[in-house]
Order: sequence, then C-alpha cells, then structure tokens
Amino acid sequence: MNLEEKCSPIVRNMPPSGIRRFFDLVNSKPDAISLGVGEPDFITPWHIREAGVASLERGMTSYTSNQGMPELIETIRHYLQSQFTLSYEQTEVMITFGASEAIDLALRTLICPGDEILVPEPCYVSYIPCVQLAGGNPVPVPTKADHGFKLKVEDLERALTPNTKAIILCYPNNPTGAIMNKEDLAPIVEFVKKHELIVISDEIYGELTYGNKHTSIASFPGMKEHTILVSGFSKAFAMTGWRVGYVAAPLPLAQQMLKIHQYTALCASITSQVAAREALLHGLPECEAMASQYDRRRRLVVKAFQDLGFTCHEPQGAFYVFPSIESTGLDAHTFAEQLLLEESVAVVPGDVFGQSGTDHIRCSYATSLESLGEALNRIERFVKKQKNKQPIHHHG
Amino acid sequence: MSAKLEHAVLSLLEENARIELDQIATMLDEDKEIIIQIVDELEKKGVIVKYGTLINWQKASTKKVAALIDVKVTPQRGHGFDAIAKRIYLFPEVRSVYLMSGSYDLSVALEVDSMEAVGKFVTEKLAPIDSVVSTMTHFVMKKYKEDGVILDEPEKDERLVITP
Ligand SMILES: Cc1ncc(COP(=O)(O)O)c(C=O)c1O
Repeated sequence: MNLEEKCSPIVRNMPPSGIRRFFDLVNSKPDAISLGVGEPDFITPWHIREAGVASLERGMTSYTSNQGMPELIETIRHYLQSQFTLSYEQTEVMITFGASEAIDLALRTLICPGDEILVPEPCYVSYIPCVQLAGGNPVPVPTKADHGFKLKVEDLERALTPNTKAIILCYPNNPTGAIMNKEDLAPIVEFVKKHELIVISDEIYGELTYGNKHTSIASFPGMKEHTILVSGFSKAFAMTGWRVGYVAAPLPLAQQMLKIHQYTALCASITSQVAAREALLHGLPECEAMASQYDRRRRLVVKAFQDLGFTCHEPQGAFYVFPSIESTGLDAHTFAEQLLLEESVAVVPGDVFGQSGTDHIRCSYATSLESLGEALNRIERFVKKQKNKQPIHHHG
Repeated sequence: MSAKLEHAVLSLLEENARIELDQIATMLDEDKEIIIQIVDELEKKGVIVKYGTLINWQKASTKKVAALIDVKVTPQRGHGFDAIAKRIYLFPEVRSVYLMSGSYDLSVALEVDSMEAVGKFVTEKLAPIDSVVSTMTHFVMKKYKEDGVILDEPEKDERLVITP
C-alpha cells in the first residue's frame, strides 16, 4: 500500500517550508548566533507568567466556552477600543490558538473552491499554504524595495479578477518591517470597498511600530464590515509559547468562524487565556519597554547594513530588517549558507517569503545587544571577504 | 537636555558601562557630540558616580562573605543620623549604608574576606562607636539577585534557531 498516495494531493504537493530546510542546516552549527528567530528574545514578563501559575494553583484546568473566557474578551474589546479606536461587540471577538489559528479560520470560513486570495509578498510563510489548504488560489502580489515594501493599489488592481474574494494584509510586516500608515491605506480601503472584498488583516505586530502608532485598516469608516482582524499576544508580550491570540470580525463572519473553531479546537488553553488577560490589563508598560529596546537595536542594525553598502530600507515596525544583498553578487541562499558556514551567523534567505524577497535576507533584531553586535561584526568580516574574492577586472 | 534622553542614556550605561558612545548615539538617533556632552554633564553633576562591574563573587576563586547589619543608634543633636552614618560608611569594607524607617536606624552592608572579619568589624569598629546602641548581624547565605541582575540561574534562551 502506498501511504503517500492515501494523502490528499493538496497536502502532498505542498512544499515543506523553506525555513524548515534551512533550520536543519543551522542546527548543524550549534555555536551559531541566530538572527533567524521570528520571536521576541524576551521571556514573558513575570507577572503574566505568575498569573498563569496562580490559575493552575487555583485549579483552573477546565475548558472555557468555545468563544473564550468572557473576561478576556471584554478586556480585548476595551484594548482594541483604546489603542486602535475599534468597536467590537462581545459576540464579535473570539480567542484562538494564536494568530495562526485565526488566519486559518478566516480563510476556511471565506473560501469557496476557485476563490482567489491576494497575498502581498514578501509575507509570512503560512498564508499561501493556508489558502491552498482551504481550497483557494493564492495570488501573490509583489511589493518592492523601492517603495519600502509598501503595498500599492495599482499592484492589487493588476491582480484583481472576478474570482478575487479577499486580501491578506500584514502590517507591520514580517519579513520586511514595512508599515502602512493612514495615507498608505486610504487607496487600499477604496479598492476594497469598490470591489466588495474582505481584508484579513494580520496585525500581530501592531504594538511594535517605531514612529507613528499603528493604524488598523478596520478603523476606517465602513471598513469594519470588510475586515477580519487577526492578532495575538505572541509578539507584543513575548508570549509565543502560550499559543493564544484572537480574531475580531463583524458578527455574520464571527458566527461562521466560531463553528469551525468549536469543532476543531474547542477552545484555547485556559491557562493562556488567564495570562493573556493579565498581559492586556497590566503588561502594556513592559510591552512599551520591549518595543523601545527593539527600536534601539533596529537603528544599530540598519546603520550597520547601510555602512556595508547594502540597500536597506528602514523598517518601521515588527523586529526584522530586510536588506538587499545584491551588491555582494551572491544569491540569498548562497549568502545565508556561506555566512553560516564561514562565520556561524544564521539569517533567513528572503525568497522563503516569496519571489519578491529574492536577493534579500531577513535578520531579526529580537536578539540581545551583545549577540547582535557580534553578529554584525561577523557579517561585516564576511562581506569584506566576499569583496576580495570577486574577480578583479583589468582595464587597459 | 530632555529628561527622556537623559533617562535613555543612563539606562543604556547602567546596563553596560562599556558601551561605546558611538553606539549610544546610533541607538538613540542622536549626534555623538550631543551624547558626549550629556555624559559629561551627568558625570560632573554626580548623577553618574562611577563605571563599575557587577561581580558574582560566589563564583570567583576568591570568595567574599557578605553580611547585613541592623544598627540602632542615638541620633546626635544638630547632626541627626548623618555624622554617625559617616563614621560607619568611611570604613572601606562597608558596601552600603541606608537610613531606615522601622525598628532600627541604619542598615549596613558589609563585604569582607571571612566570617572572622565580619565579627572583628562588628566588635572592634562598629559596636564601640558611642552612639551605637545595638547591632544585629545577618550573614548572607546566598545571593539570588544583585542590582537588578539575577545571579542564580539566569533564564535560558529556549528558542529554536530559526522560526518563521
Ligand atoms: C505575521 C505573523 N502572523 C502570525 C504569526 C503567528 O502568531 P501566533 O504565535 O499568534 O500564532 C507570526 C509568527 O511569526 C507572524 O510573524
């Protein structure tokens, strides 16, 4: 019996994550400094952990309602209102296993066979596979370094067909660190309304912006109706391992998503829900302190790459820089591999996040200052060595 | 100088006294000249007192013995507690002296080479001072955290090397 043939072709034909392949290589260098980690280097603040521990001591080990603990939902509603001026009813918010589950729920709820979902690239590695798993056709929409990887409405217009149902937006962006401010979003809003599309807005890095405060696309007049807002606690509160996030959407969509969640996940972990509530109630000062540390490291990293002569746009959010390594004459995979083998520094080749990430690398600055400084020194040494290796052209 | 910038410079130096001023300037998006001037002023004003190293002596090859001593004193007319505090803090083996509210007056932290040295300090130097009424010595058995830094088992970075 061929067990592989028993598997669904959608799954079989899905390439394993490019990150995963690189992961094995990095693991063979245990002394490597990794700038490849897409999660905070901070440990969850103690009062948040303590709230989780205390809930276990009190014997809180049960399921919660499918939708999530009412107190947490209430807290999220207030938070969304006060931070981003978003108004959601109690019935419109649901707690999920991280933003990851929320993205999957949104896609499975929306997609009918043949529906096209616009996915601006470079983007988080899960979007395209999740669209495919839900039976939809992902349509990559490249964004460009010249525009600081901001999304242009012209690019969306070019990709639009009668089958287009939704767009996945992720700003602040993983892997580019790009943000979309109010002015950048305005034409996208018009486009979405005009064509009656749905936006799945992954705002998990919304607390991590370094100039202006984050603007949610759902806060534009009339946009709540068009938006499924996805977010979570992983990045802002350094809570990746707790697996807790949430989704907020207009009631008709929220009700449908809740059905899938109810049958596939039942509910998010109660311990994590208690901790998440503590995070929102009392963790914002720590969140700010972490953001200010990322901001300082960000300036250091951007300057280091610019000093090396790399084209490196200044990321305005998240904790990634996405410099172009074109000037080295290497492609991103060779660059990342050689850098790892020669200098024991791990970065992620940009094409893992889509075609338009080719010739770039993603470096996370969610790394301690000491490690970051050392990694930047090593990268500098590596790049200088490459320059010396390049063939010298004799003229005359 | 803005209080915010001053605070940012101080917190970077408090975290790592050896950080380059260049690096501070980049991290705070300021001119290096401005940072130099700020640090200079802070040194002159005595806000920055010194650039030290936090040492976990428990791990060093020469060990040190630490003790906290609660001291009751009679304050002196005209000087309050200041004069007597000074008589105590001038001993180089005294690490810190705090005036406390509550059931005793001065909290004296001592760091010396041996238990005997603690005993000697208390009986020969501290107790004989006229205004010292009583002392209560507590030996430190283990330091878990010092100056905001965990000395015990620091929390490990458990993250995988590459994550999406
Ligand atoms: C853009 C983006 N969305 C979602 C996630 C997953 O978040 P969660 O931990 O809440 O599932 C990540 C994690 O790297 C991410 O970068």
